[in-house]
Amino acid sequence: MISVRNVNKTFGKQQVLFDVSADFEPGRINLIIGQSGQGKSVLAKSMVGLHEVDSGQILFDQRDFTTMQKSERSEIRQEIGMLFQGSALFDSMTVEENIKFPLSMFTKMTKKEMQDRVDFCLDRVNLQGRNALFPSECSGGMQKRVGIARAIAMNPKYLFCDEPNSGLDPKTAIVIDNLIRDITYEYGITTIVITHDMNSVMEIGDKVIFIHQGKKWWEGDRHSIITTDNPEIEAFVFASEFMKEIRSSLKAQNS
Amino acid sequence: MDEVQFIGINSIPIVALMSTFMGAVISLQTASNMDSPLLPAYTVGYITQSSIILEFSPTIISLILAGKVGSNIASEIGTMRITEQIDALEIMGVNSINHLMLPKILASVIYFPILIVFSMFLGMFGGFLALVISDLQTTETYILGLRSWFDPYNIFYALTKTVAFGFIIVSVSSFYGYYVKGGSLDVGKASTKAVVISSVVILIANFIITKLMLL
Repeated sequence: MISVRNVNKTFGKQQVLFDVSADFEPGRINLIIGQSGQGKSVLAKSMVGLHEVDSGQILFDQRDFTTMQKSERSEIRQEIGMLFQGSALFDSMTVEENIKFPLSMFTKMTKKEMQDRVDFCLDRVNLQGRNALFPSECSGGMQKRVGIARAIAMNPKYLFCDEPNSGLDPKTAIVIDNLIRDITYEYGITTIVITHDMNSVMEIGDKVIFIHQGKKWWEGDRHSIITTDNPEIEAFVFASEFMKEIRSSLKAQNS
Repeated sequence: MDEVQFIGINSIPIVALMSTFMGAVISLQTASNMDSPLLPAYTVGYITQSSIILEFSPTIISLILAGKVGSNIASEIGTMRITEQIDALEIMGVNSINHLMLPKILASVIYFPILIVFSMFLGMFGGFLALVISDLQTTETYILGLRSWFDPYNIFYALTKTVAFGFIIVSVSSFYGYYVKGGSLDVGKASTKAVVISSVVILIANFIITKLMLL
Protein backbone atom coordinates (compact mmCIF):
# COMPACT_ATOMS: atom_id res chain seq x y z
CA MET A 1 0.00 0.00 0.00
CA ILE A 2 1.11 3.54 -0.72
CA SER A 3 -0.01 6.24 1.68
CA VAL A 4 0.29 9.96 1.13
CA ARG A 5 0.05 12.05 4.29
CA ASN A 6 -0.47 15.83 4.33
CA VAL A 7 1.72 16.50 1.32
CA ASN A 8 2.42 20.11 0.36
CA LYS A 9 4.43 21.18 -2.66
CA THR A 10 5.34 24.62 -3.98
CA PHE A 11 7.23 25.74 -7.07
CA GLY A 12 8.74 29.12 -6.30
CA LYS A 13 5.92 31.14 -4.79
CA GLN A 14 3.16 29.02 -6.28
CA GLN A 15 1.73 26.29 -4.09
CA VAL A 16 0.63 23.34 -6.22
CA LEU A 17 -0.39 20.74 -3.63
CA PHE A 18 -2.28 21.58 -0.44
CA ASP A 19 -2.23 19.07 2.38
CA VAL A 20 -3.06 16.06 0.19
CA SER A 21 -3.66 12.74 1.94
CA ALA A 22 -4.71 9.47 0.32
CA ASP A 23 -4.26 5.70 0.49
CA PHE A 24 -3.60 3.59 -2.58
CA GLU A 25 -4.40 -0.05 -2.05
CA PRO A 26 -2.65 -3.11 -3.50
CA GLY A 27 -4.34 -5.23 -6.14
CA ARG A 28 -6.56 -2.32 -7.14
CA ILE A 29 -6.36 0.36 -9.78
CA ASN A 30 -6.23 3.74 -8.10
CA LEU A 31 -7.02 6.61 -10.43
CA ILE A 32 -5.97 10.20 -9.86
CA ILE A 33 -8.13 12.41 -12.05
CA GLY A 34 -8.60 16.11 -12.52
CA GLN A 35 -8.36 18.90 -15.03
CA SER A 36 -5.02 19.85 -16.54
CA GLY A 37 -2.84 21.97 -14.27
CA GLN A 38 -4.57 20.95 -11.02
CA GLY A 39 -1.57 19.07 -9.58
CA LYS A 40 -2.22 15.39 -10.31
CA SER A 41 1.04 14.83 -12.22
CA VAL A 42 2.96 16.76 -9.56
CA LEU A 43 1.43 14.49 -6.94
CA ALA A 44 2.46 11.36 -8.85
CA LYS A 45 5.97 12.68 -9.54
CA SER A 46 6.32 13.61 -5.87
CA MET A 47 5.32 10.08 -4.93
CA VAL A 48 8.12 8.56 -7.02
CA GLY A 49 10.64 11.16 -5.89
CA LEU A 50 11.00 13.14 -9.11
CA HIS A 51 9.87 16.17 -7.06
CA GLU A 52 10.77 16.70 -3.42
CA VAL A 53 7.75 17.53 -1.26
CA ASP A 54 7.89 20.56 1.06
CA SER A 55 6.17 18.73 3.91
CA GLY A 56 4.22 15.54 4.52
CA GLN A 57 4.97 11.86 4.17
CA ILE A 58 4.91 9.33 1.35
CA LEU A 59 4.84 5.80 2.73
CA PHE A 60 5.52 2.70 0.65
CA ASP A 61 4.26 -0.12 2.89
CA GLN A 62 5.02 2.01 5.96
CA ARG A 63 8.50 2.96 4.67
CA ASP A 64 8.78 6.76 4.63
CA PHE A 65 10.16 7.67 1.22
CA THR A 66 10.52 11.38 2.05
CA THR A 67 13.11 10.90 4.80
CA MET A 68 15.16 8.20 3.06
CA GLN A 69 18.77 8.42 1.95
CA LYS A 70 19.49 8.14 -1.78
CA SER A 71 20.61 4.51 -1.51
CA GLU A 72 17.46 3.51 0.39
CA ARG A 73 15.34 5.29 -2.20
CA SER A 74 17.13 3.40 -4.93
CA GLU A 75 15.98 0.13 -3.34
CA ILE A 76 12.35 1.27 -3.32
CA ARG A 77 12.62 2.57 -6.85
CA GLN A 78 13.55 -0.90 -8.01
CA GLU A 79 10.11 -1.95 -6.75
CA ILE A 80 8.44 0.76 -8.84
CA GLY A 81 7.46 0.46 -12.49
CA MET A 82 6.39 3.54 -14.36
CA LEU A 83 4.64 4.03 -17.66
CA PHE A 84 5.20 7.56 -18.92
CA GLN A 85 2.84 9.73 -20.94
CA GLY A 86 5.17 9.62 -23.94
CA SER A 87 6.35 6.07 -23.10
CA ALA A 88 9.92 7.39 -22.47
CA LEU A 89 11.50 4.42 -24.21
CA PHE A 90 15.24 4.76 -24.76
CA ASP A 91 15.29 5.55 -28.45
CA SER A 92 18.86 4.35 -29.01
CA MET A 93 17.84 0.85 -27.84
CA THR A 94 15.65 -1.81 -29.40
CA VAL A 95 12.45 -3.00 -27.74
CA GLU A 96 14.35 -5.95 -26.28
CA GLU A 97 17.20 -3.79 -24.96
CA ASN A 98 14.69 -1.41 -23.37
CA ILE A 99 13.10 -4.24 -21.40
CA LYS A 100 16.45 -5.83 -20.61
CA PHE A 101 17.92 -2.56 -19.33
CA PRO A 102 16.63 -2.64 -15.71
CA LEU A 103 17.36 -6.38 -15.52
CA SER A 104 20.98 -5.88 -16.55
CA MET A 105 21.37 -2.94 -14.15
CA PHE A 106 19.85 -4.45 -11.02
CA THR A 107 19.73 -8.22 -11.22
CA LYS A 108 22.30 -10.96 -11.46
CA MET A 109 20.28 -12.88 -14.05
CA THR A 110 22.13 -14.90 -16.64
CA LYS A 111 21.73 -13.94 -20.30
CA LYS A 112 19.33 -16.84 -20.79
CA GLU A 113 17.21 -15.80 -17.79
CA MET A 114 17.11 -12.22 -19.02
CA GLN A 115 16.08 -13.32 -22.49
CA ASP A 116 13.33 -15.49 -21.03
CA ARG A 117 12.08 -12.60 -18.91
CA VAL A 118 12.08 -10.23 -21.91
CA ASP A 119 10.16 -12.76 -24.01
CA PHE A 120 7.70 -13.32 -21.15
CA CYS A 121 7.07 -9.56 -20.74
CA LEU A 122 6.65 -9.08 -24.49
CA ASP A 123 4.30 -12.05 -24.59
CA ARG A 124 2.33 -10.55 -21.70
CA VAL A 125 1.69 -7.34 -23.68
CA ASN A 126 1.05 -9.23 -26.94
CA LEU A 127 4.21 -8.10 -28.68
CA GLN A 128 5.83 -11.47 -29.35
CA GLY A 129 8.65 -11.35 -31.87
CA ARG A 130 8.97 -7.55 -31.88
CA ASN A 131 12.27 -7.68 -29.97
CA ALA A 132 14.42 -6.11 -32.68
CA LEU A 133 12.24 -3.08 -33.43
CA PHE A 134 13.37 0.39 -32.39
CA PRO A 135 10.84 2.66 -30.61
CA SER A 136 10.67 4.89 -33.69
CA GLU A 137 9.45 1.88 -35.68
CA CYS A 138 6.57 1.21 -33.24
CA SER A 139 3.10 2.77 -33.29
CA GLY A 140 1.89 4.82 -30.30
CA GLY A 141 -0.05 1.86 -28.89
CA MET A 142 2.92 -0.47 -29.32
CA GLN A 143 5.19 2.02 -27.58
CA LYS A 144 2.81 2.09 -24.61
CA ARG A 145 2.78 -1.70 -24.49
CA VAL A 146 6.59 -1.81 -24.61
CA GLY A 147 6.52 0.79 -21.80
CA ILE A 148 4.30 -1.54 -19.77
CA ALA A 149 6.55 -4.51 -20.56
CA ARG A 150 9.57 -2.54 -19.34
CA ALA A 151 7.67 -1.39 -16.25
CA ILE A 152 6.77 -4.96 -15.24
CA ALA A 153 10.18 -6.48 -16.12
CA MET A 154 11.40 -6.20 -12.52
CA ASN A 155 8.17 -7.60 -11.02
CA PRO A 156 7.23 -4.25 -9.45
CA LYS A 157 5.14 -3.92 -6.31
CA TYR A 158 3.98 -0.48 -7.40
CA LEU A 159 3.00 0.62 -10.89
CA PHE A 160 2.57 4.27 -11.87
CA CYS A 161 0.95 5.16 -15.19
CA ASP A 162 1.02 8.80 -16.26
CA GLU A 163 -1.81 9.39 -18.74
CA PRO A 164 -1.41 5.98 -20.38
CA ASN A 165 -4.06 6.72 -23.02
CA SER A 166 -2.96 10.13 -24.19
CA GLY A 167 -2.62 10.25 -27.96
CA LEU A 168 -4.30 6.88 -28.51
CA ASP A 169 -7.52 6.10 -30.34
CA PRO A 170 -10.41 4.90 -28.10
CA LYS A 171 -10.03 1.24 -29.11
CA THR A 172 -6.28 1.11 -28.44
CA ALA A 173 -6.85 3.06 -25.22
CA ILE A 174 -9.19 0.30 -24.01
CA VAL A 175 -6.55 -2.33 -24.89
CA ILE A 176 -4.02 -0.46 -22.72
CA ASP A 177 -6.56 -0.05 -19.89
CA ASN A 178 -7.38 -3.75 -19.95
CA LEU A 179 -3.70 -4.62 -19.94
CA ILE A 180 -3.09 -2.42 -16.88
CA ARG A 181 -6.10 -3.96 -15.14
CA ASP A 182 -5.09 -7.56 -15.91
CA ILE A 183 -1.51 -7.02 -14.74
CA THR A 184 -2.68 -5.28 -11.55
CA TYR A 185 -5.06 -8.08 -10.58
CA GLU A 186 -2.75 -10.87 -11.67
CA TYR A 187 0.27 -9.72 -9.67
CA GLY A 188 -1.46 -7.81 -6.86
CA ILE A 189 0.34 -4.60 -7.79
CA THR A 190 -0.53 -1.23 -6.26
CA THR A 191 -1.36 0.64 -9.44
CA ILE A 192 -1.79 4.39 -9.67
CA VAL A 193 -3.05 5.85 -12.93
CA ILE A 194 -3.04 9.58 -13.66
CA THR A 195 -5.68 10.35 -16.24
CA HIS A 196 -8.35 12.72 -17.41
CA ASP A 197 -9.86 10.17 -19.77
CA MET A 198 -13.38 9.36 -18.59
CA ASN A 199 -13.40 6.13 -20.61
CA SER A 200 -10.52 4.93 -18.42
CA VAL A 201 -12.33 6.00 -15.28
CA MET A 202 -15.35 3.94 -16.27
CA GLU A 203 -13.29 0.98 -17.45
CA ILE A 204 -10.75 0.52 -14.65
CA GLY A 205 -11.48 2.96 -11.81
CA ASP A 206 -11.54 0.76 -8.71
CA LYS A 207 -10.75 3.82 -6.66
CA VAL A 208 -10.91 7.38 -7.96
CA ILE A 209 -9.37 10.46 -6.39
CA PHE A 210 -10.32 13.82 -7.84
CA ILE A 211 -7.69 16.55 -7.51
CA HIS A 212 -8.89 20.12 -7.85
CA GLN A 213 -6.88 23.29 -7.21
CA GLY A 214 -4.11 21.20 -5.68
CA LYS A 215 -6.41 19.61 -3.09
CA LYS A 216 -7.98 16.20 -2.79
CA TRP A 217 -11.51 17.27 -3.65
CA TRP A 218 -13.32 13.95 -3.79
CA GLU A 219 -12.74 10.22 -3.37
CA GLY A 220 -14.88 7.34 -4.58
CA ASP A 221 -15.10 4.77 -7.36
CA ARG A 222 -16.29 4.58 -10.95
CA HIS A 223 -19.88 4.04 -9.90
CA SER A 224 -20.17 6.81 -7.32
CA ILE A 225 -18.54 9.36 -9.62
CA ILE A 226 -21.59 9.24 -11.89
CA THR A 227 -24.06 9.93 -9.13
CA THR A 228 -22.16 12.41 -6.97
CA ASP A 229 -23.57 15.91 -6.66
CA ASN A 230 -20.18 17.51 -6.20
CA PRO A 231 -20.37 20.48 -8.62
CA GLU A 232 -16.66 20.38 -9.59
CA ILE A 233 -16.88 16.67 -10.42
CA GLU A 234 -20.03 17.26 -12.41
CA ALA A 235 -18.32 20.02 -14.35
CA PHE A 236 -15.36 17.71 -15.04
CA VAL A 237 -17.18 14.47 -15.87
CA PHE A 238 -20.09 15.99 -17.73
CA ALA A 239 -18.22 18.73 -19.53
CA SER A 240 -19.81 18.41 -22.97
CA GLU A 241 -23.45 19.14 -23.83
CA PHE A 242 -23.89 15.51 -24.86
CA MET A 243 -22.67 14.26 -21.48
CA LYS A 244 -24.92 16.79 -19.72
CA GLU A 245 -27.89 15.31 -21.56
CA ILE A 246 -26.85 11.83 -20.41
CA ARG A 247 -26.55 13.17 -16.88
CA SER A 248 -30.08 14.64 -17.04
CA SER A 249 -31.55 11.40 -18.34
CA LEU A 250 -29.74 9.43 -15.62
CA LYS A 251 -31.15 11.75 -12.97
CA ALA A 252 -34.62 11.43 -14.49
CA GLN A 253 -34.35 7.64 -14.42
CA ASN A 254 -33.19 7.67 -10.79
CA SER A 255 -36.02 9.96 -9.68
CA MET B 1 31.90 1.42 -27.25
CA ASP B 2 29.00 3.43 -28.70
CA GLU B 3 30.49 6.55 -27.18
CA VAL B 4 33.91 5.80 -28.71
CA GLN B 5 32.18 5.41 -32.07
CA PHE B 6 30.17 8.59 -31.58
CA ILE B 7 32.85 10.82 -30.07
CA GLY B 8 36.01 9.37 -31.60
CA ILE B 9 35.53 7.50 -34.84
CA ASN B 10 32.75 9.68 -36.29
CA SER B 11 34.96 12.74 -35.85
CA ILE B 12 37.83 11.34 -37.95
CA PRO B 13 36.61 12.68 -41.34
CA ILE B 14 36.21 16.30 -40.22
CA VAL B 15 39.49 16.21 -38.25
CA ALA B 16 41.31 14.76 -41.28
CA LEU B 17 39.86 17.30 -43.69
CA MET B 18 40.51 20.31 -41.45
CA SER B 19 44.01 19.22 -40.46
CA THR B 20 45.24 18.49 -43.98
CA PHE B 21 44.00 21.75 -45.46
CA MET B 22 44.96 23.92 -42.50
CA GLY B 23 48.43 22.36 -42.42
CA ALA B 24 48.76 23.14 -46.12
CA VAL B 25 47.64 26.74 -45.65
CA ILE B 26 49.91 27.29 -42.61
CA SER B 27 52.95 26.11 -44.57
CA LEU B 28 52.05 28.16 -47.68
CA GLN B 29 51.45 31.33 -45.65
CA THR B 30 54.69 30.81 -43.74
CA ALA B 31 56.61 30.24 -46.98
CA SER B 32 55.10 33.35 -48.57
CA ASN B 33 56.27 35.48 -45.62
CA MET B 34 59.79 33.99 -45.38
CA ASP B 35 61.39 36.05 -48.09
CA SER B 36 64.46 37.16 -46.14
CA PRO B 37 67.67 35.51 -47.38
CA LEU B 38 68.90 35.46 -43.75
CA LEU B 39 66.27 32.88 -42.81
CA PRO B 40 67.12 29.29 -43.68
CA ALA B 41 64.60 27.51 -45.94
CA TYR B 42 63.84 24.85 -43.34
CA THR B 43 62.30 27.55 -41.07
CA VAL B 44 59.01 26.95 -42.93
CA GLY B 45 58.92 23.34 -41.78
CA TYR B 46 59.85 24.31 -38.24
CA ILE B 47 57.13 26.98 -37.97
CA THR B 48 54.55 24.65 -39.48
CA GLN B 49 55.47 21.94 -36.96
CA SER B 50 55.36 24.35 -34.01
CA SER B 51 52.08 25.96 -35.04
CA ILE B 52 50.40 22.62 -35.55
CA ILE B 53 51.67 20.92 -32.40
CA LEU B 54 51.33 23.86 -30.03
CA GLU B 55 48.12 25.47 -31.16
CA PHE B 56 46.33 24.33 -34.27
CA SER B 57 45.76 20.65 -33.46
CA PRO B 58 44.99 20.86 -29.74
CA THR B 59 43.05 24.13 -29.67
CA ILE B 60 41.50 24.74 -33.08
CA ILE B 61 40.51 21.11 -33.58
CA SER B 62 39.08 21.06 -30.06
CA LEU B 63 36.99 24.14 -30.92
CA ILE B 64 35.73 22.33 -34.01
CA LEU B 65 34.96 19.26 -31.91
CA ALA B 66 33.11 21.50 -29.45
CA GLY B 67 30.81 22.37 -32.35
CA LYS B 68 30.38 18.85 -33.61
CA VAL B 69 30.50 16.66 -30.50
CA GLY B 70 29.27 19.29 -28.01
CA SER B 71 26.10 20.14 -29.91
CA ASN B 72 25.42 16.45 -30.44
CA ILE B 73 25.78 15.63 -26.73
CA ALA B 74 23.64 18.58 -25.62
CA SER B 75 20.85 17.75 -28.05
CA GLU B 76 20.98 14.01 -27.29
CA ILE B 77 20.77 14.47 -23.52
CA GLY B 78 18.33 17.39 -23.89
CA THR B 79 15.99 15.25 -25.99
CA MET B 80 16.24 12.51 -23.37
CA ARG B 81 15.25 15.08 -20.75
CA ILE B 82 12.18 16.45 -22.55
CA THR B 83 10.97 12.98 -23.56
CA GLU B 84 11.20 11.84 -19.90
CA GLN B 85 13.87 9.23 -20.64
CA ILE B 86 16.02 10.71 -17.85
CA ASP B 87 13.04 10.54 -15.47
CA ALA B 88 12.65 6.88 -16.48
CA LEU B 89 16.29 6.24 -15.53
CA GLU B 90 15.84 7.99 -12.19
CA ILE B 91 12.70 6.04 -11.35
CA MET B 92 14.48 2.78 -12.09
CA GLY B 93 17.03 3.83 -9.47
CA VAL B 94 19.80 4.55 -11.97
CA ASN B 95 22.09 7.50 -11.27
CA SER B 96 21.33 9.27 -14.54
CA ILE B 97 24.25 11.72 -14.37
CA ASN B 98 26.77 8.91 -13.97
CA HIS B 99 25.04 6.72 -16.50
CA LEU B 100 24.86 9.37 -19.21
CA MET B 101 28.00 11.43 -18.67
CA LEU B 102 30.71 9.11 -17.40
CA PRO B 103 31.05 7.02 -20.59
CA LYS B 104 31.14 10.21 -22.66
CA ILE B 105 33.80 11.82 -20.48
CA LEU B 106 35.92 8.65 -20.53
CA ALA B 107 35.57 8.33 -24.31
CA SER B 108 36.54 11.97 -24.81
CA VAL B 109 39.60 12.04 -22.53
CA ILE B 110 40.87 8.80 -24.12
CA TYR B 111 39.98 9.46 -27.75
CA PHE B 112 40.51 13.21 -28.11
CA PRO B 113 44.31 12.86 -27.64
CA ILE B 114 44.36 10.10 -30.29
CA LEU B 115 42.42 12.36 -32.66
CA ILE B 116 44.79 15.24 -31.96
CA VAL B 117 47.93 13.15 -32.63
CA PHE B 118 46.26 12.05 -35.87
CA SER B 119 45.55 15.70 -36.65
CA MET B 120 49.21 16.65 -36.01
CA PHE B 121 50.45 14.07 -38.50
CA LEU B 122 47.91 15.07 -41.12
CA GLY B 123 48.58 18.78 -40.60
CA MET B 124 52.28 18.31 -41.21
CA PHE B 125 51.53 16.02 -44.13
CA GLY B 126 49.23 18.70 -45.59
CA GLY B 127 52.07 21.21 -45.28
CA PHE B 128 54.39 18.80 -47.04
CA LEU B 129 51.94 18.26 -49.91
CA ALA B 130 51.37 21.99 -50.37
CA LEU B 131 55.07 22.89 -50.38
CA VAL B 132 56.31 20.00 -52.47
CA ILE B 133 53.49 20.06 -55.02
CA SER B 134 53.91 23.83 -55.38
CA ASP B 135 57.63 23.23 -55.80
CA LEU B 136 58.41 25.71 -53.02
CA GLN B 137 60.63 23.29 -51.08
CA THR B 138 62.21 19.90 -51.37
CA THR B 139 61.08 17.01 -49.22
CA GLU B 140 64.44 16.96 -47.40
CA THR B 141 64.29 20.67 -46.48
CA TYR B 142 60.72 20.41 -45.19
CA ILE B 143 61.49 17.31 -43.09
CA LEU B 144 64.65 18.96 -41.75
CA GLY B 145 62.44 21.88 -40.66
CA LEU B 146 59.95 19.55 -38.99
CA ARG B 147 62.75 17.89 -37.01
CA SER B 148 64.54 21.12 -36.05
CA TRP B 149 64.34 22.11 -32.37
CA PHE B 150 61.68 19.49 -31.83
CA ASP B 151 60.84 19.35 -28.13
CA PRO B 152 58.88 16.27 -26.92
CA TYR B 153 57.56 18.40 -24.02
CA ASN B 154 55.43 20.26 -26.59
CA ILE B 155 53.60 17.02 -27.33
CA PHE B 156 53.00 16.50 -23.62
CA TYR B 157 51.75 20.09 -23.33
CA ALA B 158 49.44 19.66 -26.35
CA LEU B 159 47.97 16.39 -25.11
CA THR B 160 47.45 17.77 -21.61
CA LYS B 161 45.48 20.63 -23.14
CA THR B 162 43.51 18.18 -25.24
CA VAL B 163 42.47 16.08 -22.25
CA ALA B 164 41.32 19.25 -20.47
CA PHE B 165 39.43 20.45 -23.56
CA GLY B 166 37.77 17.05 -24.02
CA PHE B 167 36.58 17.13 -20.43
CA ILE B 168 35.29 20.70 -20.86
CA ILE B 169 33.39 19.93 -24.08
CA VAL B 170 31.62 16.87 -22.67
CA SER B 171 30.88 18.23 -19.20
CA VAL B 172 29.62 21.65 -20.37
CA SER B 173 27.50 20.14 -23.16
CA SER B 174 26.10 17.45 -20.87
CA PHE B 175 25.23 20.08 -18.28
CA TYR B 176 23.25 22.19 -20.75
CA GLY B 177 21.50 19.10 -22.14
CA TYR B 178 20.72 17.62 -18.73
CA TYR B 179 19.13 20.74 -17.29
CA VAL B 180 17.12 21.76 -20.36
CA LYS B 181 13.47 22.63 -19.70
CA GLY B 182 10.70 22.97 -22.24
CA GLY B 183 10.46 21.56 -25.74
CA SER B 184 12.45 21.00 -28.90
CA LEU B 185 13.10 24.73 -29.34
CA ASP B 186 14.77 24.80 -25.93
CA VAL B 187 16.89 21.77 -26.85
CA GLY B 188 18.14 23.71 -29.87
CA LYS B 189 18.92 26.73 -27.69
CA ALA B 190 20.70 24.54 -25.13
CA SER B 191 22.74 22.99 -27.91
CA THR B 192 23.85 26.39 -29.22
CA LYS B 193 24.61 27.61 -25.71
CA ALA B 194 26.64 24.47 -25.00
CA VAL B 195 28.84 25.10 -28.06
CA VAL B 196 29.34 28.81 -27.27
CA ILE B 197 30.13 28.27 -23.58
CA SER B 198 32.40 25.26 -24.30
CA SER B 199 34.34 27.37 -26.82
CA VAL B 200 34.75 30.27 -24.41
CA VAL B 201 35.83 27.95 -21.58
CA ILE B 202 38.31 26.24 -23.93
CA LEU B 203 39.87 29.59 -24.84
CA ILE B 204 40.21 30.58 -21.16
CA ALA B 205 41.57 27.15 -20.22
CA ASN B 206 44.01 27.35 -23.13
CA PHE B 207 45.39 30.61 -21.75
CA ILE B 208 45.69 29.27 -18.19
CA ILE B 209 47.29 25.94 -19.18
CA THR B 210 49.75 27.70 -21.51
CA LYS B 211 50.71 30.12 -18.75
CA LEU B 212 51.19 27.23 -16.31
CA MET B 213 53.04 24.83 -18.59
CA LEU B 214 55.07 26.95 -20.98
CA LEU B 215 56.10 29.97 -18.92
